[in-house]
Amino acid sequence: MKLEILKELNAERAARRPVIIVTDTANGEQRLVKAADIAADPLRAELAKQLRMGKSGNVEVAGKKLFLNVYAPTAKLVIIGAVHISQALAPLARSLDYDVTVVDPRTAFASPERFPDVPLVAEWPDVALPPLNVDHYTAFVAVTHDPKIDDPALLHAFDRDCFYIGALGSRKTHAKRAERLRAQGAKDSDIARIHAPIGLDIGAVSPSEIAVAIMAEITAQLRLPPKEKEEAA
Amino acid sequence: MLNRDEDILQAAETWQKQGHGVALATVVETWGSAPRPAGSSLVINDDGTFLGSVSGGCVEGAVVTEALDVIASGQPKMLEFGVADETAWNVGLSCGGTIRVFVEKVG
Repeated sequence: MKLEILKELNAERAARRPVIIVTDTANGEQRLVKAADIAADPLRAELAKQLRMGKSGNVEVAGKKLFLNVYAPTAKLVIIGAVHISQALAPLARSLDYDVTVVDPRTAFASPERFPDVPLVAEWPDVALPPLNVDHYTAFVAVTHDPKIDDPALLHAFDRDCFYIGALGSRKTHAKRAERLRAQGAKDSDIARIHAPIGLDIGAVSPSEIAVAIMAEITAQLRLPPKEKEEAA
Repeated sequence: MLNRDEDILQAAETWQKQGHGVALATVVETWGSAPRPAGSSLVINDDGTFLGSVSGGCVEGAVVTEALDVIASGQPKMLEFGVADETAWNVGLSCGGTIRVFVEKVG
């Protein structure tokens, strides 16, 4: 690997931008493809697929065997609300390799006793969220049921282009939330990105089951190609 | 799999800057119950110091030896390890899998 490629790879990784290194394993020839450049690449179909799966693998193109090494950032999950559902959601998400943070300004909720081993931020979203560097590789879930906490958090998630945004509440609750967010300047296209009611419809009842429904929906958003994603939702 | 263990690539860059010869070994293909997925890597410097893992410990010793050759020659190499493999390699994977490891010089 040429030093320039290694440096660029490390810089992209530090910025949490996905990169694929394409290596001709017969002769060691190599190039780096940034996620933003995939659409214009001759190997775009293969590159897009491997990146979506977050998986490295081999492809054969014009008689050449190429190894596609995918460097995808670790996905983050930010949970707004240190509630009962979050107590089930945080450990489940961690078992799926997400870096999890729970945010709730209510210290009675955001206590280490209720969330052992989970990074907790007992601050309002305007203070808690900027240092978390919420980005595209972040799933963002608002489950406090309290508009004072959920609404500003959701506006932040729109800004940061999170790959998944979900909010707890019935269709009726969500319709009211949409009105409030619109009044605060959110675009319809942003509001349309909120998964609400949250989670795949699997008839979940208990907090743990709701956590499963949420993580299933997040997984679908992360892994499925765009068309199948619509069908799952 | 989402990547968590690539600080070794930062180490590769640092070693290179310090003037070390450095090689990068990457699992490019696996069959059966290989211990580490494709894309897992090991970086090695000319002291024989290494970081990372391509097999969870089974074949790292052999990879490091080959990597020192690659650092010296500059020519990349493809290594294959497997329990059923009777080629040049004496070490194998106890889990019964097979892996191919691409070893290349950095810089």
